[in-house]
Amino acid sequence: MNLKRKLSSIAVALAVSAGAVQAQVSDGVIKIGVLNDMSGLYADLTGPGSVVAARMAVEDFGAAKKGMKVEIISADHQNKPDVGSTIARTWYDTDKVDVIVDVPTSSVALAVSQITRDKGKAFLVSGAATSDLTGKACSPNTIHWTYDTWMLANGTGNAIVKTGGDSWYFLTADYAFGHALERDTEAVVLKTGGKVLGKVRHPLSTQDFSSFLLQAQASKAKIIGLANAGGDTINSIKQAAEFGIVKGGQNLAGLLVFLTDVKALGLQTAQGLIFTETFYWDQNDASRAFAKRFSEQAPRNNYPTMIHAGVYSAVLHYLKAVEAIKSDDGTKVIAQMKKMPTDDPLFGKGSIRADGRKLHPALLVEVKKPAESKGPWDLYKIRTTLPAEQAFRPMSEGDCPLVK
Amino acid sequence: MTEIFGVPTQALFGQLLIGLINGSFYALLSLGLAVIFGLLNIINFTHGAQYMLGAFCAYFLLNKAGLGYWWSLAIAPLVVGAVGVLIERTMLKRLYRLDHLYGLLLTFGLALILQGLFQFGFGASGLPYPIPAELSGGRNLGFMFLPNYRAWVIVASLAVCLATWFVIEKTKLGSYLRAATENPQLVQAFGINVPRMIMLTYGFGVGLAALAGVMAAPIYQVSPRMGADLIIVVFAVVVIGGMGSILGSIVTGFGLGIVEGLTKVFYPEASNTVIFIIMAIVLMIKPAGLFGSQK
Repeated sequence: MNLKRKLSSIAVALAVSAGAVQAQVSDGVIKIGVLNDMSGLYADLTGPGSVVAARMAVEDFGAAKKGMKVEIISADHQNKPDVGSTIARTWYDTDKVDVIVDVPTSSVALAVSQITRDKGKAFLVSGAATSDLTGKACSPNTIHWTYDTWMLANGTGNAIVKTGGDSWYFLTADYAFGHALERDTEAVVLKTGGKVLGKVRHPLSTQDFSSFLLQAQASKAKIIGLANAGGDTINSIKQAAEFGIVKGGQNLAGLLVFLTDVKALGLQTAQGLIFTETFYWDQNDASRAFAKRFSEQAPRNNYPTMIHAGVYSAVLHYLKAVEAIKSDDGTKVIAQMKKMPTDDPLFGKGSIRADGRKLHPALLVEVKKPAESKGPWDLYKIRTTLPAEQAFRPMSEGDCPLVK
Repeated sequence: MTEIFGVPTQALFGQLLIGLINGSFYALLSLGLAVIFGLLNIINFTHGAQYMLGAFCAYFLLNKAGLGYWWSLAIAPLVVGAVGVLIERTMLKRLYRLDHLYGLLLTFGLALILQGLFQFGFGASGLPYPIPAELSGGRNLGFMFLPNYRAWVIVASLAVCLATWFVIEKTKLGSYLRAATENPQLVQAFGINVPRMIMLTYGFGVGLAALAGVMAAPIYQVSPRMGADLIIVVFAVVVIGGMGSILGSIVTGFGLGIVEGLTKVFYPEASNTVIFIIMAIVLMIKPAGLFGSQK
């Protein structure tokens, strides 16, 4: 090889590698899109609080010091799959968004997960619940972070059946999330020897539950399982108290209850409720410090729900993965995130499975009596902690095509 | 036990009663809308927000001033009604001679602003409001457990509806009001202050919405979206009853509450839609509504 040839091949090699350096992070900015319900019945448990959590993760990661440019944008999907899909497409196609986070409302999350896969981007789910996201609808571009319907059913369902609640009636929100939560809880109830006496499906965002509660009351089931969330759960619990359901000997199982729901109900109405969460602000010094910082920036100084904590933890791990492989290519980053163990102040050490399930312990909590509470956000007692490997559905049972 | 379409009759009675309770709110709200539309020709889209203001007013009275439910029943309609009067004087008054569309846009815009402000200040989950001690608990009717508070809601709203109907249809004041809608110039010529009468009518309609809000506060959360969720249904009620018909709005309010209640038993998934299906059918057969007269 003569010198001229040698030089030109070196030049070509240099040009290629220079290209690779530029392509590390597309357009030089990592753009995070927080997509959730900013104005409807889920706005307090996700909403602007999730944007605060994402911002805190970027600060704590130290993006600015490391010379990484990170931008956060947000939008309101109004709990409508069509609205959510349009925003996700626009973000990926024209706004150069690299990763979408949060996305409560399972029907919207399933749609966004498919779009993310088609575009080869990354999707970190904190808000949505359906276990299908790591089951038959799993994707190499999606990680399901905070909780899911199987975990809620398993944690709460088991605990209740064990204390004698063996006959159930379901009050279910009529869309993907409610159906999944009902299905997963029913499986647990039947498996542990209980029976399901009936179910009724109510439209999302219902004001008056009295008619449904009356049907549940007539079923004589020991447990009325609330397979709904946010404002729907609040109104069901409140009106159940009014109709003397608990006094009449039936018990309520809130299958998905958030800190902000309990706060809105007040301890007088909510006391004694048992349910499963994966994060409570008053667990240890790190979670308390996070909650304090979060509350200073959050709307109305609210404390963080587990969804907010999940957004923080997911964004932090995402940025670590981008740093490690020096690329923001969606598929590659998700693969790297699964490879690296997770570690953050809120969920401790954990891992992400091949089907996209993030693993961490789950907490079975009970709402305090008014006399036991020492402050406006002192709402839960932690009854037991389920270790990560018991908290979530085993990968073999999920039917995820990626791991078959 | 006897059954109708697989539902025990006992359970059906319960559902009818529940439907009647929800119908009370529809009736109370659609009545206010009908009064405002009938006498001012304004489609008041702020009605839902004014209902929400009534509930928040009750919440503030309880938590900031220590005044309980019964005080709120009297004070909240006055306060929110006064806000209504202010809106009428400063904004609505200028729109009477224009197309309906302008009034609709103004009131709709106001509703969005009010809801947005309250959501910003108080969040989406809402605030708790306790049932007054005198009306807590309930009684077993044999076929269902009826909370005392709900029984009170039916009685109170029926009384208010009938009183309003009586005043507008059967008294001298009512005949002035109706005459002023037909021909304001002529009524003014008789020495009656028509603009003031219209202003007070709007205040009254708004006050009715606030009253419904106070009555709803102990049942539902006091939340910024409580009116937005309800107002569309209430508009359907008004359209079905016949725009501006007082009796129509009362009867349809209670009637549709019952229809909706029954849907929740036989096909719960459609309970949000059934009222609009009825609206479509009624509009096809009787475009002016069940009780409306073609002008």
